[in-house]
Amino acid sequence: MPKAEGLRRIMVIGSGPIVIGQAAEFDYAGTQACKALKEEGMEVILVNSNPATIMTDPEVADAVYLEPLEPEFIARIIEKERPDGLLPTLGGQTGLNMAVALAESGVLEKFGVRLLGTPLESIRKAEDRDLFKQTMESIGEPVAESTIADSLAAAFEFAEQIGYPIIVRPAFTLGGSGGGIANNKDELREIVGRGLKNSPIKQVLLERSLAGWKEIEYEVIRDAADNCITVCNMENIDPIGIHTGDSIVVAPSQTLTDKEHQMLRSAALKIIRALGIEGGCNVQFALSPTGFEYYVIEVNPRVSRSSALASKATGYPIAKVAAKIGIGLTLPEITNPITQKTTAFFEPSLDYCVIKFPRWPFDKFTTANRTLGTQMKATGEVMAIDRTFEGALQKAVRSLEIGLDGLQLDKLKDLSTEQIRQQLKVVDDERIFVLAEALRRGIPREEIHQITAIDYWFIDRIHKIIQMETTLQERLRAVPWTSWGPAEAELMARAKQMGFADSYLSRLLGVSELAIREWRSEHGVLPKYKMVDTCAAEYEAATPYFYSTYDQHDDARPSDRPKVLVLGSGPIRIGQGIEFDYCSVHSAWALQEAGYEAIIVNNNPETVSTDFDTSDRLYFEPLTVEDVLNIIEKEKPEGVVVQFGGQTAINLAAPLAARGVRILGTSVDSIDLAEDRERFEAFLRRLGIPQTEGKAATSLEEAMGFALKIGFPLMVRPSYVLGGRAMEIVHNESELYEYMKTAVKVTPDHPVLVDRYISGMEVEVDAICDGEQVLIPGIMEHIERAGVHSGDSYSLFPHQSLTKSQVERIVDYTRRMALGLGAVGLVNVQFVIEGDRVYVIEVNPRASRTVPFVSKVTGVPMVALATRCMLGEKLADYGYPDGLLEPPPYVSVKAPVFSFEKMNAVDIFLGPEMKSTGEVLGIDENADAAIYKAVVAAGGRMADRGTILATLADKDKAEGLELLRSFAELGYSFMATSGTADLLESAGIPVQRLFKIGEGHPDVLDAIKEGKVDLLLNTPTRGKIPERNGFQMRRAAVEFRVPCITSLDTAAAMLRVLQERKAGRALQPYSLQEYLQRFQSVGKYRLRHGLMV
Amino acid sequence: MKAVLVLEDGSAYYGTAIGKRGEVHGEVVFNTSMTGYQEILTDPSSSGAIITMTYPLIGNYGINADDFQSRGIHARGIVVRELCFSPSNWRSRDLLNAFLVENDVCGIAGVDTRALSRHLREHGTMRGIISSVEVSVEELAERARSTPLPSDEDLVSQVTTEKAYVYADGNGPDVVVIDFGVKEGILRALAQRGCRVRVVPATSKPEDILAERPDGILFSSGPGDPQRCTYGIDLARVLMKEAPIMGIGLGHQLLSLACGARSYKLKHGHRGANHPVQEIETGRAYITSQNHGFAVEFDEASLADVIVTHKNLNDGTVEGMRHRHLPVFSVQYHPEAAPGPEDSTYLFDRFLQQLAATGVDA
Repeated sequence: MPKAEGLRRIMVIGSGPIVIGQAAEFDYAGTQACKALKEEGMEVILVNSNPATIMTDPEVADAVYLEPLEPEFIARIIEKERPDGLLPTLGGQTGLNMAVALAESGVLEKFGVRLLGTPLESIRKAEDRDLFKQTMESIGEPVAESTIADSLAAAFEFAEQIGYPIIVRPAFTLGGSGGGIANNKDELREIVGRGLKNSPIKQVLLERSLAGWKEIEYEVIRDAADNCITVCNMENIDPIGIHTGDSIVVAPSQTLTDKEHQMLRSAALKIIRALGIEGGCNVQFALSPTGFEYYVIEVNPRVSRSSALASKATGYPIAKVAAKIGIGLTLPEITNPITQKTTAFFEPSLDYCVIKFPRWPFDKFTTANRTLGTQMKATGEVMAIDRTFEGALQKAVRSLEIGLDGLQLDKLKDLSTEQIRQQLKVVDDERIFVLAEALRRGIPREEIHQITAIDYWFIDRIHKIIQMETTLQERLRAVPWTSWGPAEAELMARAKQMGFADSYLSRLLGVSELAIREWRSEHGVLPKYKMVDTCAAEYEAATPYFYSTYDQHDDARPSDRPKVLVLGSGPIRIGQGIEFDYCSVHSAWALQEAGYEAIIVNNNPETVSTDFDTSDRLYFEPLTVEDVLNIIEKEKPEGVVVQFGGQTAINLAAPLAARGVRILGTSVDSIDLAEDRERFEAFLRRLGIPQTEGKAATSLEEAMGFALKIGFPLMVRPSYVLGGRAMEIVHNESELYEYMKTAVKVTPDHPVLVDRYISGMEVEVDAICDGEQVLIPGIMEHIERAGVHSGDSYSLFPHQSLTKSQVERIVDYTRRMALGLGAVGLVNVQFVIEGDRVYVIEVNPRASRTVPFVSKVTGVPMVALATRCMLGEKLADYGYPDGLLEPPPYVSVKAPVFSFEKMNAVDIFLGPEMKSTGEVLGIDENADAAIYKAVVAAGGRMADRGTILATLADKDKAEGLELLRSFAELGYSFMATSGTADLLESAGIPVQRLFKIGEGHPDVLDAIKEGKVDLLLNTPTRGKIPERNGFQMRRAAVEFRVPCITSLDTAAAMLRVLQERKAGRALQPYSLQEYLQRFQSVGKYRLRHGLMV
Repeated sequence: MKAVLVLEDGSAYYGTAIGKRGEVHGEVVFNTSMTGYQEILTDPSSSGAIITMTYPLIGNYGINADDFQSRGIHARGIVVRELCFSPSNWRSRDLLNAFLVENDVCGIAGVDTRALSRHLREHGTMRGIISSVEVSVEELAERARSTPLPSDEDLVSQVTTEKAYVYADGNGPDVVVIDFGVKEGILRALAQRGCRVRVVPATSKPEDILAERPDGILFSSGPGDPQRCTYGIDLARVLMKEAPIMGIGLGHQLLSLACGARSYKLKHGHRGANHPVQEIETGRAYITSQNHGFAVEFDEASLADVIVTHKNLNDGTVEGMRHRHLPVFSVQYHPEAAPGPEDSTYLFDRFLQQLAATGVDA
């Protein structure tokens, strides 16, 4: 079937900001799809509000709209661009929802836009619970029986039909509280009774419980000619009950016979055909561990996190193929990009084992409930490949960067065996480590299986790892390390095949990591690299995609071209997101353009950087010293780029340099100078640049002494961190005492940084330095005041309220610091401004999370330039001047996006600890319109009028009153508790009084829960303790989707936005290319030749 | 115990002995199916082969009572990266290792099977020896070179049934299956469709096969070089004119040769569960299960009688044919799956429809 007739311009909708459950995988899928469509000669119009993505680069699509993903905005773009077709299945659930909304509201029909790929009807069939059930029943595919019961009798009747166990969920309760699993009639009576009482509408949902069943997924692709393939299957190590995004997953399945596999594969094909999907989809099954029974759990009629994983696990580019199917091509017509000879109609065969391990944010959300269930909580994931399951598992663990290099969690050592036994019952992020510890303690596998329902196969594999620990230690007792020789080499090889890290062995054997490495080298226990080729070596493939394994032969033959290694940023986590992947990708591209072979090392399956055709070579490996050194020894690159992979890569700089590896750009010493508190202070003193007063305290006493000297409030945080982990503002001695005692471990090696907290405006600069010249593309100004983490702030670009002298000072400081540090590459500087004084908060000689944002809105290819500088080229070579560029004639606003809805018991008060998971961009001709777009893009639904629940901290009351008065003039009414209510009444503003929590009803929570509040304005006194009024109120706001503003500055911006909107100003969409075009006529400093791909 | 796999070109792969200890020679091939080792080992088409499984973890789900394709193991040896000694599956009755021992089959584990498969891909499948006896590599390579290539032997006569038997006594069409090394899966597919299934030896006389006036005949799959199975080709020539016929695997090759095709050995064969096949008339594509080392091709002249109906999307080889005038069709791949995808089971339905249609005509 040829391409569909009359298709020339295609609109693609992205997935917007990174939130839990919808992350970088859609940048990967979207970028691949846009490239695929352009390959077929299409013009691509892209809408996505996320600036940190590769897909929103002006080179990826012909017109890029960084506009809010809201139907009214997209409709305007459609009206303007008049695309022929819309491809909705590449932007996650967001993209799909937009497409459905646009189709249902008639916009697509009105402008003659064809919905491409999977038809709307198929999407409905897959997404609507009842339609899905009907469809499955019509083709004889089983769906778990369920019903809604409003009485005990009805529940009993259902149980009579289907038997036990049954899951009971009360309808419409927060977090499903009051539910449970009933194993018999008595339990059902109790749980349903309780559930009916708890449910506000007196209903419970009953469903057959499949707890303990195997969870198996299939990635399926179908074209319009009804050709179908499955790309791969995956088995969740965690049985049914944990969201697959929170499960450890292995590909291919390990415990299924061919018969079971083919049974489910055939069912998956039958389902995709019945739904009529044209493109990719994911089918999840629950399979009985003791029989052939299975149930269809869910179908995602689009590319997904699982499809990204399947693509990386197999080498099969699902999104690319799905996009081509969308414009009418069939699978046999699409060329297989791996072989270039065969077609996309094939099923990959793996000759390795893949493990996906989720990365959870509990290191940042310390008060969050760590229990895992049906609500996904992971922010990202890692993938590891090896020829053994054990190897892949241990590699995955060390890829996570959670301070572990194997299956041993230190805190479990102190627990008694009985406690471990109890702990096994807890289904949380640490269960696999508890399982390992249980085996170490000799708890029988039968007991572990009974408690966890994890298949014996997986338990036995982990047991093999534990047994190897014992074997190694026994050998050490028999033969002292100094006498280890060829006889031990075989044992060591087996240990390395099972993925033991040198660092882990070092602790196990009591010798240094280096000694183990050297011993291995001497005895020939060295890794080999194997290719991921989709076909288990059956056909010759040119995929430059490798993983390490301790096997006999090596597939990777390094070329003799000059090459550079780019270290990626590992899993997406809070504080280190997709921005760094953007940077890594651009660095690789710049290296290629400069004539180098670009080699990427990374372990994140969701990203563009781990697409096999992004770099010249991809090593899918953990980012540890050992693993990276192995690759360096193999490839012998000219140097290593560490500036773009976030803290992950920066942390590797010093140990790699110590092993004689050349770090390109800013030296390791300069990195240390910027990160070491004392050295940095001395450095600034020497330059005469003021810094916020601070001290690196190595003990509680030291911190207290300093506090007494300069006074409160203080900002406290551990040293060497990213994303402000465990940062806090303390207001008095007892808070400081509590922080030092409980929040951080203070040692001379790990001091706590104590800074004077300045409540001024924060300003941020990203600059490029070639050692002689410093290019500053612009200055960002934060809307939230200092103390809110820069990653959580609304950020305006270019700066809007700085005076000329402040700007000059910022530029001067930035220049002198960059040059003084000897920085070569990127530098990020954060300032705080108090009156006339400009203080330096910190300097990071590396890519920051704002680099994609600034690059995008200025058109300055910052990463490419920085990479060129690292290779020895000069900014002047590309016609760039020294200093600050002229500001563009439009304003961009970066807004943070949070995933609090997914996390129970997390205080959303925006303090200095970063909590956002993603960001969006608002771009328009003036600041207020840009802010408005950013707020809408970030998910805020601002009404023209409504009710504001305001509770202001005492310190904010004076300033807050004026603001509320203006809101009142707009037509807003108010609710408040005693203090703020008094304030409003005394100013003559009518207010409805509410009780504080626990003082009577109606209280603030009642008002929020009953839907009476349209906007919550709550400036917190201080956070952390969950019992406080504010915490519960903000939590409820999140759960009930009420916009919540916690700073007066944001409230003021919102006010202006609403005033604008009331004045009836219609916002026009312009593409990024159109904005840049305008800027180009103003700015003189665009690239003279195509640096960017 | 240590073991070594030595190929006739002198390359050696070291590992650990599994299954029976000792020495075995055969044609070293690789199979890319990630599941289905039990079916592959017990498929009579595997006769003479030392099978390298490219998936590195083999034996995970043990051996069960139902998935046999014949009574025992037909492969001569097995090469794996890692053998699982603690399988987990509700149907598992035995360890793969124990099953190998019971069947006197030698194997080797711990081999870099990817390197071996690459070697076979580049240099073609070749003779080899697995040995857990201490002999030099040179000696073993010499021995490998001096053993006959299994496909030069008449492998079919070693695997075909000695006596005719009735596998299923359904009320549907009466189908005679000529056993060139038939898989249980083929017989099951027919039985499930209600056929009366009578299995006869490959060396049967046409008149014996036709004696009970069957509604159709199935030429089964089997091992080796089709040209060695001259009696099979002869049968095909005669029976084609007498009854509707479906051919699978070796059966397809025999029917094709009878129609004037030429057969040839593939460099490294097609063995796996992921081979893409396109039906030429409709453009529809199917993922198929394959297990063969030989293929057929038709010249202009032979195409007067035969239509090539299916081709392999990877290498363009012939995957299926149909006679222009007679109710005869055959496919190179395995519509019965076991192991592998079930995409092509419709071919059995098509065969049965043909039987019905021919029946009406008669």
